[in-house]
Amino acid sequence: MSTIMNDERIPNNVNLSSDKRLQRALEAWQPSFLSWWQQMGPMGFQTHDIFLRTAVSVENDGWAHFDYVKMPDYRWGIFLEPKDPNRVHGFGDFEGQPVWDEVPGEFRNMLRRLIVTQADTEPASVEQQRLLGQTAPSLYDLRNLFQVNVEEGRHLWAMVYLLHTYFGRDGREEAEELLARRSGDSDKPRILGAFNEPTSHWLSFFMFTMFTDRDGKFQLAALAESGFDPLARTCRFMLTEEAHHLFVGETGVQRIVKRSCELMKQDPNGDARKGGGIDLVTLQKYINFWFSVCLDLFGGEVSSNAADAFASGLKGRFKEEKYAEHKLVESHFAMDVLEGGKVVHKDIAMRNALNEVLRTEYIKDCARGVERWNKTIKDEGIDFELKLPSNKFHRQIGIWTSVPFSPDGEMLTPEQWEANASKWLPSTDDEIFVKSLMHPVYEPGKMASWIAPPSKGINNLPGDFEYVRK
Amino acid sequence: MEHTQFETHPSRYKHWKLATNGAIATLKMAVDDEHPHKPGYELKLNSYDLSVDIELADAIQRVRFEHPEVKTLVVTADLDKVFCSGANIYMLGMSTHGFKVNFCKFTNETRLYLEDAAEDSGLATLAACRGTTAGGGYELALACDEVMLVDDGNSAVSFPETPLLAVLPGTGGLTRLVDKRKVRRDRADVFCTTAEGIKGKRAKDWNLVDQVVPRSKWDEAVAARAQVLTEKRAANFASGPAVELGPLESKITDDKFSYKFVEVTIDRAGRSANLLVRGPDSAAPSNLAGEGSNTWSLRAFRELDDALLRLRFDLPEIGMVTVRTTGDRKLVCAHDEALAKDASGFAREVRLLQRRVLRRFDNTARSLYAVADATDSCFAGSLLELALGADRFYMLIDGDEKIAVATSVANAGFFTSWSGLSRLGARFYGEPKQVATVLSRGTEGDISSEEAEKLGIATIAADDIDFADELRIAIEERASLSPDALTGMEASLRFVGPETVATKIFGRLSAWQNWIFTRANSTGPTGALTLYGRPERPQYQWNRT
Repeated sequence: MSTIMNDERIPNNVNLSSDKRLQRALEAWQPSFLSWWQQMGPMGFQTHDIFLRTAVSVENDGWAHFDYVKMPDYRWGIFLEPKDPNRVHGFGDFEGQPVWDEVPGEFRNMLRRLIVTQADTEPASVEQQRLLGQTAPSLYDLRNLFQVNVEEGRHLWAMVYLLHTYFGRDGREEAEELLARRSGDSDKPRILGAFNEPTSHWLSFFMFTMFTDRDGKFQLAALAESGFDPLARTCRFMLTEEAHHLFVGETGVQRIVKRSCELMKQDPNGDARKGGGIDLVTLQKYINFWFSVCLDLFGGEVSSNAADAFASGLKGRFKEEKYAEHKLVESHFAMDVLEGGKVVHKDIAMRNALNEVLRTEYIKDCARGVERWNKTIKDEGIDFELKLPSNKFHRQIGIWTSVPFSPDGEMLTPEQWEANASKWLPSTDDEIFVKSLMHPVYEPGKMASWIAPPSKGINNLPGDFEYVRK
Repeated sequence: MEHTQFETHPSRYKHWKLATNGAIATLKMAVDDEHPHKPGYELKLNSYDLSVDIELADAIQRVRFEHPEVKTLVVTADLDKVFCSGANIYMLGMSTHGFKVNFCKFTNETRLYLEDAAEDSGLATLAACRGTTAGGGYELALACDEVMLVDDGNSAVSFPETPLLAVLPGTGGLTRLVDKRKVRRDRADVFCTTAEGIKGKRAKDWNLVDQVVPRSKWDEAVAARAQVLTEKRAANFASGPAVELGPLESKITDDKFSYKFVEVTIDRAGRSANLLVRGPDSAAPSNLAGEGSNTWSLRAFRELDDALLRLRFDLPEIGMVTVRTTGDRKLVCAHDEALAKDASGFAREVRLLQRRVLRRFDNTARSLYAVADATDSCFAGSLLELALGADRFYMLIDGDEKIAVATSVANAGFFTSWSGLSRLGARFYGEPKQVATVLSRGTEGDISSEEAEKLGIATIAADDIDFADELRIAIEERASLSPDALTGMEASLRFVGPETVATKIFGRLSAWQNWIFTRANSTGPTGALTLYGRPERPQYQWNRT
């Protein structure tokens, strides 16, 4: 077995070939991973050649090596950004002190929890998306789906590397558990709620890669600031790949928007559904749903866990270096809270408000994507505007759960909510309609009726390139 | 002054749902976060405070009296992913030290009552934990006969107190872990320092729980286990008749707590109070259950229980309590005899309730002096237990020897204190034969003050020339001593004899916990409990004692 644990089979920059402990851990784990991939990874296509990008080193050209590969033979590697020997804690109580190369005992449990929670989302999304290959709107999209899937797999490897290397027996057990939990399983569900909902069609996949993977980006970015250096270096490298997933999501939705506008113009009544497209009103409902579900992933608005993780130097803010102050003991964050049934604007101790701080950055980032979609609509000459709903709308975690709010952020009575919910969120009929559009298109260069072609191919290849072949 | 309301009723519960279905009752924790005991915190995630625990205590009591058909009590929660996350930390953070001590004592008593119900009433208890079971939540589960935990790859049982808050699990958890469940102590050490706790198979392997069950099989597994427990229990215990616990109709003012049989008169200037218990006002019942909850043996002790709790929570500055009785000694003994002869489940429950109230009396951190200074004083039988449980017993010697005490079947060993000794057994720990001597003398009739002193029942008996001064000086002297030292001293002396889980919990765990609560590392300006939920991390003083 040990013969496969070499640098050729597993591209890495962590000296795997001379690290006996890591080899031993991975020897036990890797077969479980492959069997999990066969069982829970993309359904079908496991023997197809897929035109995939593989990271083979951390050099500038090393992260994007393109070639046909069968997914089970994908070289899931372990990469950390090169170490900066002078790096110091950038925030929290240890600001200015040298970063940790080993896990400090004091924070071992908290750190393990952070890593396990992040790691759990990686295989979860592969599980959620496993049926989508059956209804891909094009080979280009099919290939992108698989690229996202194998990279989520690699992110799992990256997190498992940290667990194996720095958390001893506990870490090995947690790594096993990551393969034992299953998205949507009533007995062993994934840790976070949003990762237990199936991604049942391609519109949801693009929403997921737009909104949910963007949560991933912000979580990874916050962990990339960590004073536990191996975690920071791991997350930095993962961010490069995460950026591609966001690209898939944002451009996917943008292509649907574009196609809808074209169909609206073709139909005498301006109805995109008539031509086999997804109308913008329905699209807005999916935005409302996915955006609100993803806001929950950032956790409670006022959180002692967030304060602890920041104080301990484990999890920082998005782009910590752009802030002037990094201890945050005295500072406050002005935010809306619910008090006595009313929304009030209030100063909350900054460390306790850090979930909300990160969520606020996330919302800004999402808004930029929506702006670009609106530009597409405008360019097509259609009078319509997509919007992000209020951060209080349709929340299941945090302070906005006890009272319903409209997408505009107005407080509602439960009756008002009931009367309007199906206008704001996808209804069963909407789901049935969207699913009715989902038919596979496997012919090179062809697109399903509801989505426009991409503006350019992968690695600048021509539009009819056969990204997936038998 | 504040008047805490300890009486409640299932129709007024805010935090629990009690439902019975034949032999199985289900008590579901469904804490209403917007109704804490005091404003200033929210009871998130099924965390509890005094208001939640008062209802729990009431529910356990009512199941025993009002639903004697119940053989198994399933304690569970109404939330999907949380069983109970323990005592509310923000509540602890804003409470006075005295309140915390009393809160802790009350919750401990309630959990011991769960065990007492299992042991002596044949009420099996099953904790069905379908989600996070943390801190006081796990301690509640530990007080049940069996613990079931959902196996969902995430839900754990845990004691995060030491690593997160720099305090101890204060509701018997540490003691029950190693003494009751016999968890290996090195494993218990790992468990108690791992904030996130232990889940799944390992929780079962370490005997932290009895069973782990997947979510999809949860409901049927809980029902099946409750059925097994019910069948195991069925035969051994008399059951019923059901008796509803009526309202106490107390009248509470700042100067006086008045009930039908109990009265507490408060002397604020003297930092003292007098607790008066009246004997029965009618003959012993031929049909005990026919009198319902108004029968003297039940009503007087329920009232006494309520008065003791009010003393503890609402009168912290009253350090010295004299205890007096008034009534007919023969009637008290007759009621005791009627109760002892009655083989019904209801009679057993009344005696067990009396025993619990007497234990609460033992465990009340006030200097307690029993005083027999009137001819109608009736320290007899079950009420003699108050004199024996007090720190001292003063008797006036009158010329006619009308002031006296009497024994009954109630003194013969049923009313054990938390140590397992009867109060006579505790009094004569060094001369065990004296117990039989006193009981045998008691069968011959009243024991006068002078003789009571000789027999070792009275601490001091004095005639009318000396008595008033003797008592006054003893009270004034007592009231001048440090209340902290007195609390420790009294508890040490009252709990003479062997250790039990209960004496360990009150005497060791709670004592440590209360010490830790006052230390800088938990409640100082940089203590962990002080800073919980705040932006700063705690800073400890590293010296060990």
